[in-house]
Amino acid sequence: MDHADHELAHDRHAPIEDREELTYYERRTWAIQALLVEKGVITADEVRQQIETVDARTPADGAKVVARAWVDLAFKARLLHDAKAAVTELGFDSGESPVLVAVENTPKVHNVVVCTLCSCYPRALLGLPPDWYKSLSYRSRAVVDPRGVLQEFGLELEPDVEVRVYDSSADMRYLVIPERPPGTEHMSEAELASLVTRDSMIGVTKPRAPEQLADLKAAAPA
Amino acid sequence: MAAKFQPGDTVRIRVGSPPGHFRTPAYVQGKTGVVEALHGAFPNPESLAHGGDGLPKQFLYLVRFDQTSVWPQYPTTLQDKLLIDIYEHWLEPA
Repeated sequence: MDHADHELAHDRHAPIEDREELTYYERRTWAIQALLVEKGVITADEVRQQIETVDARTPADGAKVVARAWVDLAFKARLLHDAKAAVTELGFDSGESPVLVAVENTPKVHNVVVCTLCSCYPRALLGLPPDWYKSLSYRSRAVVDPRGVLQEFGLELEPDVEVRVYDSSADMRYLVIPERPPGTEHMSEAELASLVTRDSMIGVTKPRAPEQLADLKAAAPA
Repeated sequence: MAAKFQPGDTVRIRVGSPPGHFRTPAYVQGKTGVVEALHGAFPNPESLAHGGDGLPKQFLYLVRFDQTSVWPQYPTTLQDKLLIDIYEHWLEPA
């Protein structure tokens, strides 16, 4: 790699320095926060704690929900009927949205989730959405050319598979239950959960194959 | 108050861009779909976003469209669907 390439690679990072000008909504947010702190409604430390809590969320809880649905068909039925109640039953936080909907991928149906208007996402179960989920490119193209977008994520679907794009733009949050990969009959629920990735629960890919899990274990530090 | 539409009903999405905040994307406005499910009634986000109480609550539906009816260039050989949540005041019978 020559020097020019090296510079280019570094430029792919987000700028480290803050912009000098705040946007309208940034100014508005800061003004509201300052007022709430000044009036004693919240403290700055509570805001910080909440940011820390939200940032610490990962897709782990979502993966455990999916693994349970794979091993327990009665639970899967309850999850598909009322995901909020089913997730709560497992002791997980289902988030602030009034309704959580789980949709199941099958050999003939592939579900994928987008929020064309902003970045609605089941954060309680999946953590913060990835940057690409919030990008204008994904948000606009996932509805008009879902198969093209999935192809870019490495997922090629047969023409006889029905692709169902959920545009979650209102009060609902959607969680995709990916298909359980073949060759996983012997696996424990915890092992199954490690196959369930964030992206497979958004619906842009399939879960890891069991062979990939063996690779992951081999690569993990002892 | 009862919901105006039931699963299976054909509905058309109203066309409009009221001032302020609304949750009905332009790309489905004027399109015809089928009610897949009724989610329930929720405070109206168009009022909530501007300090209102969101009342009266609005019924929220999951509406299903054939992709080929939303996008003229979508390959007609595919069975692909688009599903989107739409509040009742954006729906009219079709």
